[in-house]
Amino acid sequence: MMSDNKTIEIQHENILLQQKKSNLSLRHATQSAFFTILWIGGIITVLILLAVTGYVIFQGFKAIDLQFLITPPRGGLSGEGGISTTIGTTLYLVLLTIAIATPLGVGAAIFLVEYASDNNISSRFLKGMIGFSHFGVETLAGIPSIIFGLFGYALFVSTMKFGFSLLSASLAGACLVLPVIIRTTEEALLAVPRSYREGSLALGATKWQTIRKVVLPASLPGIITGIILSVGRVVSETAVFYVTLGGSYRMPKSIMSSGRTMALHLYYLAMDTRAFEKAMGTGAILILSIILINLLINFLSRRLTAGLRGVQ
Amino acid sequence: METRRIVDRGVKYILFISAMISIVIVFLIALFIFREGVEAFNTVGVRTMLFGKVWRPGQEQYGILAMILGSILVTIGAIVLGVPLAIGGAIFLAEVAPEGIQAVVRPAIQLLAGIPSVVYGLFGMVVLVPLVRKIPVPGNSGFGLLAASIVLAVMILPTIASIAEDAIRAVPQSYRQGSLALGATHWQTIVNVIMPAARSGIIAAIILGVGRALGETMAMIMVIGNSVLMPSPMTNNPLTLFLRQARTLTGNIAVEISYATGVHESTLFATGVVLFVLIMVVNISARFVMRERQAIH
Amino acid sequence: MNNTKLETKNYSMNYGSFRALEDINMQIPEKQVTALIGPSGCGKSTFLRTFNRMNDLIPGVWIEGEVTMEGKDIFEIDVVNLRQQVGMVFQKPNPFPKSIFDNVAYGPRANGLTDRNALAELVEHSLRGAALWDEVKDDLDKSGLALSGGQQQRLCIARALAVEPSVILMDEPASALDPIATLRIEELIRELRENYTIVIVTHNMQQAARVSDFTGFFYTGESRTGKLIEFDLTRNIFTNPADKRTEDYITGRFG
Repeated sequence: MMSDNKTIEIQHENILLQQKKSNLSLRHATQSAFFTILWIGGIITVLILLAVTGYVIFQGFKAIDLQFLITPPRGGLSGEGGISTTIGTTLYLVLLTIAIATPLGVGAAIFLVEYASDNNISSRFLKGMIGFSHFGVETLAGIPSIIFGLFGYALFVSTMKFGFSLLSASLAGACLVLPVIIRTTEEALLAVPRSYREGSLALGATKWQTIRKVVLPASLPGIITGIILSVGRVVSETAVFYVTLGGSYRMPKSIMSSGRTMALHLYYLAMDTRAFEKAMGTGAILILSIILINLLINFLSRRLTAGLRGVQ
Repeated sequence: METRRIVDRGVKYILFISAMISIVIVFLIALFIFREGVEAFNTVGVRTMLFGKVWRPGQEQYGILAMILGSILVTIGAIVLGVPLAIGGAIFLAEVAPEGIQAVVRPAIQLLAGIPSVVYGLFGMVVLVPLVRKIPVPGNSGFGLLAASIVLAVMILPTIASIAEDAIRAVPQSYRQGSLALGATHWQTIVNVIMPAARSGIIAAIILGVGRALGETMAMIMVIGNSVLMPSPMTNNPLTLFLRQARTLTGNIAVEISYATGVHESTLFATGVVLFVLIMVVNISARFVMRERQAIH
Repeated sequence: MNNTKLETKNYSMNYGSFRALEDINMQIPEKQVTALIGPSGCGKSTFLRTFNRMNDLIPGVWIEGEVTMEGKDIFEIDVVNLRQQVGMVFQKPNPFPKSIFDNVAYGPRANGLTDRNALAELVEHSLRGAALWDEVKDDLDKSGLALSGGQQQRLCIARALAVEPSVILMDEPASALDPIATLRIEELIRELRENYTIVIVTHNMQQAARVSDFTGFFYTGESRTGKLIEFDLTRNIFTNPADKRTEDYITGRFG
């Protein structure tokens, strides 16, 4: 027994010695090697992304002048002219899409956040519907845009006979951005402290009064962030509008007119007329718009967090 | 007093209806795509469509196997090229980069995720395609799976990197501290504790990237060449497969929908059904992985 | 009387412009249990984390004075090497989401030990040392997270033992545990004292009195800067404190 313990002890000492011999400098060298690789990888990633945007902006600015911005495309296969009408169409389409999607999306989010946790909703039916709705939002967020385009083409363009028009395109676009608005609004509502609601309800306000007077104002920057994100989506989307908007380069006269957004125009310029310089110009304007939109979002979200911190 | 109670109740119903809109849209999308596609499945036959190698609408040959392969091959190419960089970038940002660099790079990546796909496509046409054309293989036009894979890899890189970075950041500090306190190096901690703990989040990020790759349309049309032939190697070297022109499911829909009629139009909706099913499988598996991850923490 | 294992001389620690600890002089004796007590926010945990340099992970930390282990400046020792010699058990049990075996084998593997038999022997030895072996010997493949809170904490102790440190730092190791599990940890600390120098931070004065040989009392005044008020044999601190503030604290007048 005694000797058994002894051998175990000796064996243990040997193992510990083995561990103590561990080569510290090798381990540090391994770390340095891999960290170097990670640095290189990180730099390459940034360079690639910079190269793409930098190239387009740099090349694009050769084509951009005031004339480019304020003259309409000359149409046909010439690729001549500017992009004024496509800027107009983009703005028109953005406004329409947002006007359709915002009330629906914000309303949906209010219901999902403010009423779903309600104790009054004990009915299994409603709980099931809320589950369905969440499933719907998640599914919509994952559907590729060309499917929205096909859907818009089948329902709005053909079945409802809206034709290739701003109306068809904005309805299809609204389906595309709906999950964006619902999700960001939900997040914004969830960030409003519970005490706000309780304070208002305790003063005898109804639920809707509480939401309208207290919850919505507090979550407004978050909701606006969602809307601006959607604006970005519409500005950069192409596939949906390629199959619903028609592609006329003229300024739309009504919501039943066909048109082309900047992104669509870029596609036509590159593919149909091979007018790459003009396409680069349009691309540069698109990138700048997206940068602007991102700056706005960063500014707003900083204000949102600062605001909530300030009142807490 | 009474009116505001009535308003309160009315508002609740209105909001309920808007809350249902998303599921209604999903239902409508499924309904319309399938309804329009069913004619093709009936007249052409599901098997003939899915496994048919020839797409010649003029002669009523509607096989989309070449497009299915095109979509899958270009996605594989994008994943192979993009994922290592994206994951490396995520580890770099979350663990290695100094805070100053993080503060600049993170919003830049967020920005790049929002750049229109046509811009990436344009860059591909003007810069990448001429480069690929320089590879000396007979018949190489520059347009094709390789150029498309590279463009797609760059496009999905920001998405995967930012989601993977979130997953790495979500690993509890206590794991990190526990490992360092045992005398593991930072690198050992990353490899042995942090990455395994973030694994499901990273897999979910990759799957979402796959979803985005499969669904990308315009940029693919611009650089892939849109040939409807079955992709095959151009020489004895099997890698020349990626120099072939091809067409994706998404591209097939977008290119032909504006002039297709009758059965031809229906087959495009059927193409949409195939794409829809593919994407749903991908998304559901992503959600499954995510849920598993929530169960662990 | 006892050899000094760890020592601080005029040690101060700052986060940016905030001074967290000021002018601390302490000699921690070898193979004894030293308890650090004091009200929350007094800097005792921060002080504990000095010895394995976990504070290095916090940006903006800078120090003054000297910290030595067996006379050597710990900031001159390679940090990885230092942490092998100075193990740590955290407040909340933090086993990795790995099997019990892999948790204990983690440190040795990081040190480059790959031999399966050697690892198995070391795991058993460490689990025995942490008084956990009999409870888990048939379930070594089970996740460490599946254990009870008290078992998880003993697993974390075993994990620390496996790299064979000479010092074990414990940051309120029993504060998240129920009374029975706490008692087991306390018994274990008394046993480990045979072979290890133990420094334990605790909120619980009875616990300090039960397990420790020496006690240091930390306190912050208005400035929120932590200071060492008194350091002595535990017996003296609890029966005959020299400082009025120590007496007030241990008799429960504040904190």
